[in-house]
Order: sequence, then structure tokens, then C-alpha cells
Amino acid sequence: MSAQIGITEAQIDMLGVAESFCREKSPMDKVRDQLTTELGYDENIWREMGDLGWLAIAIPEEFGGVGLSLTEVAPVAEQLGRYMLTTPFSSTTIAAQALIMGGADSLKSEILPLISAGQAATIALSEPNGDWELSNVETEAVRDGKDYRLNGKKTFVMDLLASNWVIISAILEGQIALFCVTTASIPRENIRRETLVDETKRGYELTMDGLIVGKETLLDLEQVSATLNHIHLVANLLGAAELTGGCQACIDYTVEYLKTRKQFGKLIGSFQALKHPTVDAFVDYQKSRSLLYAAAFSFAKQGEGEIATRMAKAQADKAMSFAADRSIQFHGGFGFTYDCDAQLYRRRAIFNASQYGDARYHKGKLADLLL
Amino acid sequence: MSAEVKEFAKDAEGWFAEHTPADPDFMLPLTFMEVGTDQQFEFLRDWQRKVYEAGYLGAAWPKVYGGGGLTQAHQDAATAAMRKHNAPIMFNTIGLGWAGPLILDIGTEAHKKKYIKGILNAEDVWCQGFSEPEHGSDLGNAQLKAVRDGDEYVLNGSKIWTTHGHYAKYMILLARTNQDAPNKYAGLSFFLSPMTVEGIETVKIRKLTGEHGFTQTFFTDARIPADGLMGKEGHGWKIAMQTLMYERNAKGGQAGGYSITEVNPLEILELARKAKRGGKPVLDDPVIREQLVDFMIDAQAFKLNGARAKLPPLNQDCPQAIPLMSKLIMTEYMREINQFALSLQGTKSGYYVGEENAIDDGYWHRGYLNAFSATIGGGTSQIQRNIIGEHALSLPKTR
Ligand SMILES: Cc1cc2nc3c(=O)[nH]c(=O)nc-3n(C[C@H](O)[C@H](O)[C@H](O)COP(=O)(O)OP(=O)(O)OC[C@H]3O[C@@H](n4cnc5c(N)ncnc54)[C@H](O)[C@@H]3O)c2cc1C
Repeated sequence: MSAQIGITEAQIDMLGVAESFCREKSPMDKVRDQLTTELGYDENIWREMGDLGWLAIAIPEEFGGVGLSLTEVAPVAEQLGRYMLTTPFSSTTIAAQALIMGGADSLKSEILPLISAGQAATIALSEPNGDWELSNVETEAVRDGKDYRLNGKKTFVMDLLASNWVIISAILEGQIALFCVTTASIPRENIRRETLVDETKRGYELTMDGLIVGKETLLDLEQVSATLNHIHLVANLLGAAELTGGCQACIDYTVEYLKTRKQFGKLIGSFQALKHPTVDAFVDYQKSRSLLYAAAFSFAKQGEGEIATRMAKAQADKAMSFAADRSIQFHGGFGFTYDCDAQLYRRRAIFNASQYGDARYHKGKLADLLL
Repeated sequence: MSAEVKEFAKDAEGWFAEHTPADPDFMLPLTFMEVGTDQQFEFLRDWQRKVYEAGYLGAAWPKVYGGGGLTQAHQDAATAAMRKHNAPIMFNTIGLGWAGPLILDIGTEAHKKKYIKGILNAEDVWCQGFSEPEHGSDLGNAQLKAVRDGDEYVLNGSKIWTTHGHYAKYMILLARTNQDAPNKYAGLSFFLSPMTVEGIETVKIRKLTGEHGFTQTFFTDARIPADGLMGKEGHGWKIAMQTLMYERNAKGGQAGGYSITEVNPLEILELARKAKRGGKPVLDDPVIREQLVDFMIDAQAFKLNGARAKLPPLNQDCPQAIPLMSKLIMTEYMREINQFALSLQGTKSGYYVGEENAIDDGYWHRGYLNAFSATIGGGTSQIQRNIIGEHALSLPKTR
């Protein structure tokens, strides 16, 4: 196993820009303001992110993108996670990657330039079976003249109401097919907002109920399995990045309390029962960040990219879950309140582990790859 | 890598391929703290001299004092070649890694001329006299007394857990020169002390493995030259902390080579492949598989931490974090992976070194017990956590 980490100049630029942007735009009171809004994000900020070209980073130049790669996207996701700046960034990036990998040329040239310019898209792959394997699909597609009729249910369709397009998986004649559908063509009553553990995020249940979609929405059938695989890894890279950034913020938040709260006449941070686990969380975080940037760096490499990404997600889940769990405990009674940010971090970690595989799931995959 | 370094790396590679000795018929120490028999000592001393003479140790140290006069990149290339060929360790670690860099940093011209070459060619073995029977983690409370008398200091007291104490010609020594200093730290001074003068006696201590390894060192009216004082009287604590920075690998300047053999998770994989439970390979057990992957992730993360530490844009929030934590991560990893290796051996984990039925001649048993040398020596893991908490995270002090 080679250990490769490297940086690109563009990546470091993105890191710097994203850090200051997110810090400025997303103080915690703003994050909390969005918990109860319908879409869950500030549309002005989302527009600015589009104007800055963040959605175009990994889209090829021929489709209006910047022509870089996920190496440069990872630091943005990390900083968004760190400052809990929630937008449809991840869902849109994943959908764009799905199109790049498996879209017919007509779909790519129609949609990718619009995404590059800042429009949102998403994917609808998860089903009520709760399976992390994206190949476990029960939704069905049948031909209906020149069109297709979809029946079945999708869950955790993130940012669906904000998105112009949604990529839906369904079984067509015995194999999985992907359809890129405009959200506007879906009746509103087929969409139900789900209650998510992470209140910064917006996920929806989508009931197809005979939804008719055109032939032109079909992604390349030959590429479906590669595309699903790619989606899985991209989502995990972004998930790991969000977790790693969130873990850093969570530790900073805990440390701040440990440096100000006094009991028995002493700052509680001087108690080793708090200090040492906090250091352990910090050590786990540092490992997580090293694995994340290695995954970002080698993402495109056959084989190596998959191993690095799974390691990054497994470690990031472990690190942030532990850091946030201890953060609640170390805030005492305040830690049990809604006002304490520890709950935001803990809920984020639970949610990110719940999507595309948690640490144990990825370690199982790694065992098969490595042992 | 410059063309010149590449060339050097290639030569080093060739040299270690040709000269790395085959395993002798006795066990070689995995860490410098394990050197326990004369046989091991002679073997490692010869090997270090050979590597030095070939130009692969101290390559970046100044030529005038016996170094190679090249750059750190040269030495790193040589060290990488050693690792690649699984060469025996460079055992004179206290000289190479701590005393040497300290002397080069703050020693006098006379110190440099006198000590550097002997450190490199292993002619002069060094030991460290910091810990005392009553003061280990609380090093700042060290009480060994040093009293100035003309151009000598007179030493009284005792040091303990002195690695290589039995073989050493010199010691880096932390002693109390002022009983009435305003605080415990201010009374301490730092010396380069000979070990071969009258009044210094070493008594071997048996380790948990049953072998010998370190000593208790007794000082009874021992007289050492005053020119061994480093810096000024009262500067001892600051200088001791500086050597600990070298020791904990948080500061460059070492002569190179490595002093602790690392366990590669792939070696454990071999064990797991062979081990059976209920007639089936333990490698089929999902719990074992998950644990193995945990070790692989940890090993990978450790390597990547090292690489990331060299990329400043990825360390801006806390540049000293990775260097400060590498000792804790590595030593705890070694302890845990050795322990795991025992758990894979079924009944055979009940054997020990010397038993013919033991797996790998008891290598893992010895490895596990010896792993504590590094989780305790050089500042325990608990003390490391205090340091990381207080220095990297600015948490309030415990004391
Ligand atoms: C193999 C080996 C080689 C060594 N070689 C040398 C050498 O060459 N020269 C030398 O000078 N020393 C050497 N040492 C000594 C080593 O540095 C000390 O053993 C170590 O610093 C611990 O001190 P102690 O043994 O007095 O334990 P103590 O300080 O008594 O510690 C006992 C336990 O209490 C814990 N503890 C103590 N203080 C705190 C605190 N503030 N917070 C939390 N936990 C605490 C410790 O972690 C430990 O678990 C060596 C030790 C070993 C094992």
C-alpha cells in the first residue's frame, strides 16, 4: 500500500478561499437560523457560490466547467462541513459527477453548463430498504410507448426541492437504469420532506407512482454500474471531507469550553478525564485529515483511489462521532440542551455515517480489497 | 529530489542491498532500548561503524567534526534505504539523536571536536541521566546534586532506567546545582558527563522480559570536569526540554538512521493467514478482519501524517500538532499491534522466546513486552497527552 499525499496549487487556493468564505458567511447563529427554513439554506450564499464557480470546479471545460478535479473539490467540502454551511453543494456535485461518468452527450451538454453556472441537481438512489448498496434497487421502469413509466419509492433525496434535475435509479428489463429527470415534471404531492437527524440538511421521500419520463432522460446503460460505483466513491469522499471539517470545528468548540468553564476552582480542561479524551479526538482528527487529503489526491487513480476514499470515510466517521459524543458529555448539563452546538455536531456525524456507509461498512469493504 | 541526491540514494540503495547483514543466530534488538547482551551490543556497534564509514550516517552533519557535510535530503535517502532493506537499528541513539544535535546546536567548539565523531562511529556510547528513582514524569524535580569545586563539579545521587548505562562512555545529565532556586526548574543544570570516573557506578536492572537492558547509576562524590556544563547553571530545564524535542522527533538535526523497528501490518497478515480456529483460517472471522483493517488504516494515517507535516498549507491551524503527536501514535500502535499478534496465536500465545514450538520464535511476545519501553520511556503516553493537550490545544495545565 503506497501512502501518497500531495497538493495542487489550485487546491490550496480553493482551501484558502473556501475557508474565509465559509467563516464569514456561516457563523453559528446563521446556521441555526436555517434549521427551520423550508430549503435549509440561504439562497444568496448559494448564488454567490455559483458565481464563484465552485460547482464548476470538477466539470470539464467543454461543458462550461473549470476542468479541475475532485482533488480541488474536497477542500471546499471540508470547509463547508467545518462551518456547517449547508447548501445543495454536495448533492449537485454528485449529480454532476454522475452525468460526467454516465450521461449521454446530449444530457451532458444540456445540463452540465447550467450546473457549472450554479444550478442545483441531485440523485435519488436510496430506497426504503435502507441498503447502502446502490445496486439494491426495487423501483421499476417499464416502457410506455416512447417513454418510461416509473414505479417505486426513493428516500434521502437530498435538496430535491432546490434541484432542477434528479437522477433516479430503476430496474429496466432486468438491469439498473438511470434517468435524469427535471424536478418540475414531478407532481409536488409525490414529494414529502423527511425528518432528518441532521436538521441542517434537507432530504425528501419521492414516490414515483407511475411517473412518466422521456427517453432522452436515460443515462448510458453500458455505464450504469461504473456510474453507481463512481457516485458511491464521490459521495464518500465528500462525506469524509464534511466530517473531517466538522470534527475540527467540534474539537475547537469543546476546547473552548474546557478553557473557560470552572469547577472546584479550576478550569475543567485541567482535569485529565476531559483532557486526554479530547487529545485522543484531536489525534483521530489529524489522522482523518491526512487520509482525506490522500484520498483527494489519489481519487482518480484506479484502485488506489477507492482504498484511500474508504479509509478516509471510515476514519472521519470514527473521529467525528467520538469527538461529538464526548463534546456533549464534556459540556455537562449545557451539553444536553438544544442551545449547545455539540448536538449539531453529533447529529451531523450520525447523518453522514448513515449515508453511503459508516466506518464498519467501509472497513468490511477494505478487508475484501486488502486482505 | 535533486539529481545529486538521487545518485546518492541509488548508491545507498546498492550499498544496503549488499551489506545489510543476515540475521545472526541470536535475536537482534528491535529498539535501542532493548540492547541487553554483549553479543547484541558488539554486533550493533560494528554495524553502526560500518554504516558510518560508508557515509550513510551523519551525512548532514558538518564535515569538520566527522559528519558527511551533505544535506538532510541525503541522509533521509540513506535512512530510507536502511528501512527498505530492514537493516539492523542504529543503536547509539542517545548520541545520534539527542546529545549530538544538542552539541551541534549549542555546544562549544571544543565539545564538537571532542564528541561528534565518536557518536557517529559508535566508539563513544552515550546514555541519558534524567530520570531518578523518585522523579520520573516529574522530571523538573530531579534532585541529583552537583556542587562546583574549582574546575570540577562533585556529583551525589542516583539516576535510574539508564539505557546503555552499562556500555556508555558519556552521559547527558540533569542535575541540581542550586537548592535555593525560586522554583524547581531554575535550580537545574545540564552536563555532558563522563561515565568512567571514580564514584560513578552502574548496576544492571532486569527487564520484564527477563533480559538486562538498563541500569541504575549511582554517583558518590564523583568529580567531573566543569567544562561539561552546557549553557549556564540554571539553564538545565530549558536544555533538557530541547533534547526531549529531539527525542520526541519534534525537531530535526538528528544524525539519521532509525532506532526502532516498525511493525508492518502485512507481517501480521501473514500470521492471520496461518492461524486457524475450528479448522478455519482466522482470516475468515469478520471481527479479526475489521481489526486488521483498523491497523492498516492507522499505519497508513501515520505515514500520511508524516507526509502532510511537510506540506505547510495543510497544517496552518496547528503546525506543531503532527510532530507533537507522532511519538504517542507510533508507540501505542506498536504496543497494540504486537498485542493483537499474540491474540492470533491460539494456545501458542502461551509460549515464550526459547520454546521450539513458539510462533516466530516468540518474536511477538518479545515485541509486545518490549513495546512498553517506548510507551513509558521518553515520557509516558499519559504525559504525551498532557503535552499535546497543553501545547497543541492550549488546554490549561494539569499541575
Ligand atoms: C525502557 C526504558 C528506557 C528508559 N531509558 C531512560 C534513559 O535512558 N534515561 C532516563 O533518564 N530515563 C529513561 N527511562 C525512564 C523514563 O523516562 C521514565 O520511566 C518515565 O519518564 C516515567 O517515569 P517513572 O518511571 O518515574 O514513572 P512515574 O512518573 O512514577 O509514572 C507512573 C505512572 O503515573 C503516570 N503519571 C505520572 N505523572 C502523571 C501526570 N502528570 N498525569 C498523568 N499521568 C501521570 C505515568 O504515565 C505512569 O503511568 C526509561 C524508561 C524505560 C521504560
